[in-house]
Amino acid sequence: MSATDIHDPNRRDFLYVATGMAAVVGAGAVAWPFIDQMRPDASTLALASVEVDVASLTPGMSLVVKWRGKPVVVRNRTEQEMKDGEAVNLADLKDPIARNANLPSDAPATDANRTTPGKEAWMVMVQVCTHLGCIPLGQEGEFGGWFCPCHGSVYDTAGRIRKGPAPENMAVPVFQFISDTKIRIG
Amino acid sequence: MSEGHSTYTPKTGIERWFDARMPLPRLVYDSFIAYPVPRNLNYAWTFGGILSIMLVAQILTGIVLAMHYTADSTLAFNSVEKIMRDVNSGWLLRYLHSNGASFFFVAVYIHIFRGLYYGSYKAPRELLWILGCIIYLLMMATGFMGYVLPWGQMSFWGATVITSFFTAIPLVGDWIQQLLLGGFAVDNPTLNRFFALHYLLPFMIAGVVVLHVWALHVVGQSNPTGIEVKSKTDTVAFTPYATIKDAFGMIVFLFFFAYFVFYLPNYLGHPDNYVVANPLKTPPHIVPEWYFLPFYAILRAITFNVGPIDAKLGGVLCMFGAIAMLFLVPWLDTSKVRSAVYRPWYKLFFWLFAANAIFLGWLGSQPAEGSYVFMAQMATLFYFVFFLVALPVLGLIEKPRRLPNSITEAVLEKNKGGGHHPAGATAAPETKG
Amino acid sequence: MKKILTSLALLGLVVAGTGAIAAEDANNAAAPTHLPINEPKEMDWSFAGPFGTYDKAQLQRGLKVYKEVCSACHSMNLVAFRTLEGLGYSEAQVKTLAAEYTIRDGPNDAGDMFDRPGKPSDYFPSPFPNEEAAAAANGGAAPPDMSLLAKARGVVRGFPRFVFDIFTQYAQGGPDYIHSLLTGYDQTPPAGMVIPEGTYYNPYFLYGVSLKMPKPLSDGQVTYDDGSPQTVDQYSRDVSAFLMWAAEPHLEDRKKTGFRVLVFLLLFGALVYLTKRKVWAGVAH
Repeated sequence: MSATDIHDPNRRDFLYVATGMAAVVGAGAVAWPFIDQMRPDASTLALASVEVDVASLTPGMSLVVKWRGKPVVVRNRTEQEMKDGEAVNLADLKDPIARNANLPSDAPATDANRTTPGKEAWMVMVQVCTHLGCIPLGQEGEFGGWFCPCHGSVYDTAGRIRKGPAPENMAVPVFQFISDTKIRIG
Repeated sequence: MSEGHSTYTPKTGIERWFDARMPLPRLVYDSFIAYPVPRNLNYAWTFGGILSIMLVAQILTGIVLAMHYTADSTLAFNSVEKIMRDVNSGWLLRYLHSNGASFFFVAVYIHIFRGLYYGSYKAPRELLWILGCIIYLLMMATGFMGYVLPWGQMSFWGATVITSFFTAIPLVGDWIQQLLLGGFAVDNPTLNRFFALHYLLPFMIAGVVVLHVWALHVVGQSNPTGIEVKSKTDTVAFTPYATIKDAFGMIVFLFFFAYFVFYLPNYLGHPDNYVVANPLKTPPHIVPEWYFLPFYAILRAITFNVGPIDAKLGGVLCMFGAIAMLFLVPWLDTSKVRSAVYRPWYKLFFWLFAANAIFLGWLGSQPAEGSYVFMAQMATLFYFVFFLVALPVLGLIEKPRRLPNSITEAVLEKNKGGGHHPAGATAAPETKG
Repeated sequence: MKKILTSLALLGLVVAGTGAIAAEDANNAAAPTHLPINEPKEMDWSFAGPFGTYDKAQLQRGLKVYKEVCSACHSMNLVAFRTLEGLGYSEAQVKTLAAEYTIRDGPNDAGDMFDRPGKPSDYFPSPFPNEEAAAAANGGAAPPDMSLLAKARGVVRGFPRFVFDIFTQYAQGGPDYIHSLLTGYDQTPPAGMVIPEGTYYNPYFLYGVSLKMPKPLSDGQVTYDDGSPQTVDQYSRDVSAFLMWAAEPHLEDRKKTGFRVLVFLLLFGALVYLTKRKVWAGVAH
């Protein structure tokens, strides 16, 4: 009642504010598990690495493996394809960044930076168009690389975007040659 | 107390805009802010609010569990274990949901027993009571089907036993059972339909809860004295008085709930449900979830034939009859006085009934053999005697204690000795807060 | 009227009384009416109580016992190698450990199944190709999977212990049972008791007087490198603790979170109570 209000206004205000704050903290803490459960679970994260045997790939051949639910293409490029890739002037590139998870994030998109040292013939790349996620067709389009039929993005032989709506080069995942014929992706 | 005219006056332009088009703020204001509640409600009355948050909590945890659960008899058990082991916070959400079901029933039983004790079912609240009984029935169906989903041994054999109830029905029993199971035994089709229904029923519960609250707001809350509200001094505004009291009740309840979730998450479950369902091997003792145990004891108590009714059908009839009793309570009780506070004999019978219900629950968890069967028969007899004999007869022969003239008078009488609140009763509470 | 009521109240007392008598059923040693014959022994577990944590050294020893003894017959197919980091192993150690196992994978490009060394994302392989084979190799009873064994076994506690269990937070029925069973062999059955051929008497077994599993552990069978006693009792404790971890890997997290939640609810509850008192201060109720 009014008498109590005048008597000790601060205590009452403090109490109401503290209770309200505690309620907000509690609600936030309760909300977290509901969001947390949406993140990839432990078994999904554990499968985030695959090993591929590439012994059977002669130059000009590719294979596709599924990694994290997406297709990853492994291509043993021909001499011509490598030459085409090296010949590109960096200034002509729509996206000048290598987009190679094995390199620093600002590495330039040279042909070498799109591959791994000593194994420059090998393209290992997430074969997903950076526009809206379709799968581009291999060895098609005017640059002899990849062509996305969905919205017409054209990639060159090093998987770099050259024409069309896609904003970035196709991503190179973390990978390494664990032997001459074996690649581990992820 | 009944629907008076609305006291809501929109203050801002937005409120006025809404009020003219869809008076939702007015509804909320009238139902949850200005709504008058008797000033003498005790903490037993906080369980309505507690039940609402438990329903919301069950629906929320249930929806996120369904994001990870697979309703297939070959995968269900492992998908639950994946939730427990791999899904982020999955163990927490699953334990919240499984223990949440138990605590939902704890709350609903307290809520029902409060209604029985204070005569809350009596006119004009019969429909309110019956809607509550329907919610309870839906809860039982939901709880039963939810228990089947982890596809453990108890899930499987519980489902087998409960769906076998229906084979007791003459002529069409087997046909009904096959209709429920989608086969000749509990199997993948059963699991799939139970999952679909387990997802659906909580929303039906929510729908009936809306009706329950609607009915409540028409007739108003009962109160410990059982005397109807007569004047404005008998009531306080729902907000802040009832809201803050409900909030405290909820936190205390959540404390006990959390204690079980975090320290005894499997206490209320059964070890056999951590063994994957095996249609070729029955566990030594099939025990339903604890909240069904009293009815399970009644089912098993009928071991004899009565005329053309064999023991199996008799047991099923008694079990469903035990639930049906609740629906009839408003008409079985002949007393003019609502609250057990003023009914000494009814009070005694109420507590005997409560003890008997717990005793039946314990019997339900014991094997149905030896002296347990006799005890279950006696306890079943008392269960029905309470409803069919004590309720009607006591109302006619019992001499109630003197009733106060009003809620305000009762409150004043109670506080006379202490004298803590000298001005309280005369102040108009609506003007405060 | 009063007479009827008094007699009804008496009936209630009689009913309660018979309950007490029923619990005292005579127990004939040769034909026990209650299983198990002996209650499990209650052990001190590091993971018991509100602040319980797993003893990682013990879990590692338990894993060793599982690998060298139990896994010959018992699968543990819900436990992935990657989760063994919870036992205190490093990522590299887990990789080595996983690689010790052979995992059947495939089909490969030629459509054939092939064997390869295990990876951390693999699960413990089963010793038998299927349940029928497991049953056939073990006298008709397939050895149960061990992933959840510590939560899937428990002896009914009975009144009034199940009430006290709420306050003592007794949730170790599984490991107590497994430990008692493993240390419960080598006892002479009571005179007159018939032990079926091919089974072994164990008064702690939940589902009969004897079981098809012969005594699995003997002193000195598993070599410990941390100096712990190499006895059946120690092996049994360690493997029971390990199985508890296998069944409930998030136990520590659960109890820690629980403590925080309860403390929060206590403080929040106190604040709401004070607020409630303040709000109701001027209203008699």
